[in-house]
Amino acid sequence: MAVLQVNQIKKGFGDNQVLKGVSFSLEQGQVLAIIGSSGGGKSTLLRCLNFLETPDEGEIWVSGKQLLSASEEEIRQNRLHFGLVFQNFNLFPQYTVLENITLAPTLLKQGSAAEIRQKARTLLAQVGLAEKADAYPYQLSGGQQQRVAIARALALNPQILCFDEPTSALDPELTGEVLRVIRGLKNDGNTMIVVTHEMEFARSVADVVMYMADGIIEEMGPPEQIFGDPRSEKTRAFIRGAQEKF
Amino acid sequence: MFLPVTMELLAGFGESIKVFVLTLLFSIPLGLVICFGSMSKWKPLKWLERGPFAFLGRWMPLRWLSRTFVWIIRGTPLMLQLIIIFYGPGLMFGLPSMPRMTATIVAFAINYACYFSEIYRGGIESIPQGQYEAGQVLGMTKQQIFFKVVLLQVVKRIMAPMSNEIITLVKDTSLARIIGIYEIIWAGEQFIKKGLIWPLFYTGAFFLIFSGGLTLLFGYLEKKLSYFRG
Repeated sequence: MAVLQVNQIKKGFGDNQVLKGVSFSLEQGQVLAIIGSSGGGKSTLLRCLNFLETPDEGEIWVSGKQLLSASEEEIRQNRLHFGLVFQNFNLFPQYTVLENITLAPTLLKQGSAAEIRQKARTLLAQVGLAEKADAYPYQLSGGQQQRVAIARALALNPQILCFDEPTSALDPELTGEVLRVIRGLKNDGNTMIVVTHEMEFARSVADVVMYMADGIIEEMGPPEQIFGDPRSEKTRAFIRGAQEKF
Repeated sequence: MFLPVTMELLAGFGESIKVFVLTLLFSIPLGLVICFGSMSKWKPLKWLERGPFAFLGRWMPLRWLSRTFVWIIRGTPLMLQLIIIFYGPGLMFGLPSMPRMTATIVAFAINYACYFSEIYRGGIESIPQGQYEAGQVLGMTKQQIFFKVVLLQVVKRIMAPMSNEIITLVKDTSLARIIGIYEIIWAGEQFIKKGLIWPLFYTGAFFLIFSGGLTLLFGYLEKKLSYFRG
């Protein structure tokens, strides 16, 4: 059974129909990369999955259970199925790295203070920042901040971890450290959805690649197909444009 | 002569400080209530949104009420508000008037709460949307996001405008004499009848020392909050 099943999600802002009916499913442990031009609906789809936007129509099923969002409390519970790592990290500036990670599990009472701290330290070690536990976000580089943000998302054990252009705000020399962490998470069996402009990364890490354009899934398939032998002319043009350097 | 003048001025300054402290005590939380009102997006007539009365559907009464109130209070002199709150109930409705100090605190607290509410609003709206969204995707409630994530960042950002406003309040307390509060300038003016001008300069020294202390306090608080950036 698919861990995630999305049926005919539609979302508009005023007259602008951003998602025109998006359906797909994702298996446990799979990594889905979403590529496409700006304005194609990639981020909006991710924000719908995390209930930062309410879809106008459509269904989201996780592990065979439909997520209904009638009340604020339901929406809050639904979000816990997903984790989201933002383009701009959005760490909480007044908390140390460790406190950033422990805050939500503490508020959600997911264990004793000692357990939560222990787990946070394990996650920090996993993203290679064990020695930065007591630093404040402004003392870290962008790449380090993004790795903390990943640890913070992991602390709530989401079933599906989403990344919204996780390296787009980083200096080129810092993208590698973040992408390596995401690759490591795949090897640990995490189910992930990554919106990205890093074509090489999508090709080498993703199990499935989705090309979105104009609010629909133009093409979806294994990376060999999307990058090597796309069925759609639009996909072909996009991939060619993305791979043409200079 | 110095000692009796000092004692007299101290008596007046005691009243000034009473106005200062009580005003802050009430206006700081009241400002937050007004601030939430002026940011409210509550639309009770939303069901009219599609139709000929769409403008009513978009109406946000709490926001409208709060902002109109702030406009009136900030747009008229505090002195006028003091006079109306003290004499108004008796002259308009035949009610017994409030004690002078009560009327003073009511007028000052409302007036300063309106200014504070706008400072709070500016601070809250300056916090990036991403901070709220990060809290949301981590499963926090609205209250948790406000108190655990946003509030301290707002406090840090509004320190400078708040200290401005609070130092203005120290000096504004002298307006209370208009409804008969024996504050320090009134006390100093008593000595003009005796041909003495220096007690008035002396009142200035009281203000300078007190606002100097406040400046140090705010400097200390800003330093306390400088451990993070954002």
